[in-house]
Amino acid sequence: MGASFVPLAPAGGPSLVRLLSPGGWSFYVAAAFVLFVAFPILHLVVPADSALHLSDYWVTLIGKIMCYAIVALAMDLIWGYTGILSLGHGLFFALGGYAMGMYLMRSIGRDGVYQSDLPDFMVFLDWKKYPWYWSFTDHFAYAALLVVLVPGLLAFVFGYFAFRSRIKGVYFSIITQALTYASMLLFFRNDTGFGGNNGFTDFKRILGFPIAAPQTRMALFAITGAALLSFLLLARWIVTSKLGRVLTAIRDAESRVMFSGYDPVYFKLFIWTVSAMICGIAGALYVPQVGIINPSEMSPANSIEIAIWTAVGGRGTLIGPVIGAAAVNLGKSWFTKALPEYWLFALGLLFILVTLFLPRGLAGLLARRKKP
Amino acid sequence: MSDAAAVREQWDDPVASGARVLGEGVDTTHKGILYLDGISVSFDGFKALNNLSLVIDAGELRCVIGPNGAGKTTMMDVITGKTRPDTGTAFFGQTIDLTRMSEPEIAGAGIGRKFQKPTVFEQHSVFENLELALKSDKRVWPTLRSRLNGAARDHIAATLETIKLLPESTRPAGLLSHGEKQWLEIGMLLMQEPQLLLLDEPVAGMTDDETLRSAELFVSLAGRYSLIVVEHDMDFVSRIAQKVTVLHEGSVLAEGSMDDIQANEQVIEVFLGR
Repeated sequence: MGASFVPLAPAGGPSLVRLLSPGGWSFYVAAAFVLFVAFPILHLVVPADSALHLSDYWVTLIGKIMCYAIVALAMDLIWGYTGILSLGHGLFFALGGYAMGMYLMRSIGRDGVYQSDLPDFMVFLDWKKYPWYWSFTDHFAYAALLVVLVPGLLAFVFGYFAFRSRIKGVYFSIITQALTYASMLLFFRNDTGFGGNNGFTDFKRILGFPIAAPQTRMALFAITGAALLSFLLLARWIVTSKLGRVLTAIRDAESRVMFSGYDPVYFKLFIWTVSAMICGIAGALYVPQVGIINPSEMSPANSIEIAIWTAVGGRGTLIGPVIGAAAVNLGKSWFTKALPEYWLFALGLLFILVTLFLPRGLAGLLARRKKP
Repeated sequence: MSDAAAVREQWDDPVASGARVLGEGVDTTHKGILYLDGISVSFDGFKALNNLSLVIDAGELRCVIGPNGAGKTTMMDVITGKTRPDTGTAFFGQTIDLTRMSEPEIAGAGIGRKFQKPTVFEQHSVFENLELALKSDKRVWPTLRSRLNGAARDHIAATLETIKLLPESTRPAGLLSHGEKQWLEIGMLLMQEPQLLLLDEPVAGMTDDETLRSAELFVSLAGRYSLIVVEHDMDFVSRIAQKVTVLHEGSVLAEGSMDDIQANEQVIEVFLGR
């Protein structure tokens, strides 16, 4: 993008990059051990009064951060590797969340305030039955399908027209921003049938398990961790494939890609849709852990924050955005407790500092320490 | 394995891989690979090409020179399908009518064009640049599943050898010198297995040493490929030229060896303005 030569993606040699280096695999196994063995023991087995006990607060926070990390990873595929800055990824995240939320709302059954078959907000609006688009959402498998298909389909249709019309750069970013903003306004309306500005909340159970039970929470936590690790591998597989090299080539010299016989439209469309689907899954994992989904997830500021996590962590590195999402959100949860009014200043300052001094983000800092 | 060996063999044998034989698509049985006949192109009344006729033999290295506005670039545009001629015919081999084809179709048929300014994928290694240019199924799914086989590696290695960039194969292309980038781009054209290469001022901005090496490269490519080199640098042209065509005001002014051209009264008049 810039004139200066900063290798954003690792330049592989003729041997073509392995999926993960031996060091990468050991890190991977260590992460799996922490997520699937250490944390469950610390949370469920170690007594609550012990200093080693992992509290509910941390389980929820880390679970939430892992969802954000998945989103940042998806953002890296489209922005870091393909050079397309989306400022609407919060929309795909929220759509996945709403799809899961519909299932969770129907799982409440008659345990709501009004003890009706319908969710409380529908009773409140005096609706007599579910709107047609709520059909079958009481089946988990169908809702899970929607989690992937709705963001995927929207991204595909939007992307097809945008990329075919050769909308690029800042114009594309602005349109994605407008798309998420328009959707937020749509979801704010009560008539849309998704709970208006309150969204969905007060979930009771998921797949028959009580949603607030420590075991259920830990299971959701572990599934999120598994998803994060799987998507890391999937993303790594994509970017080390020839298709991955075509994507970076599109980022660096799109016209040359066309002269070489590739049609950039379909390559962009592919990675854009994959990225949106990954975001949808992240949203679906987020909602049962956090216990609420509402239209504010679609606010433009949320989507911009996703871009900041990715930039802070380091574009085009995959692990960087995961670190970035974790670092920024840990900072956020500390700030909003300690100095709530200064958080946005701190975030802005962080973004400026990283842009000025760490063009390759935190991941670049790590790489520099490894190879002085 | 036998496939790989066959490709390898074909690559090593200039006649088998060259344009002289009946390749896929291009029929060069009558020696010629490109026939331009009576081509005229005018832009708002200005005749950029005026009844231009030109025949390029298979395996030939032809230099095209001419003062500014002589129609060199327009001629390239007609051959590659960017500009349609008002009158005249353009045939690739005996059978392929270039005036009826789109730019990508012409590129697919085996005509590669190198523009003046080098554009390579700067973040990718030299090897990866060639890999991306490799002739292959370039749709999304096959690209995702694509793995380099031995034949493709050999093909890339052979091209690296040809363009003298073998020692640089793992370096990011962005770190290459201007001349090396030009060679890499020519290498990328070669990966698409063209029959005819059009090179637009390939040595502009090169150092003397790079110019010298380019001359060697082009001479080595002749025979395996047919080349049309448009160049201003007379020194360079006299070093590589087998046959030179002088364009002036949209048509051929003179054609022959460099010595003939330098002795030609009309050419001297046009170039020196006498």
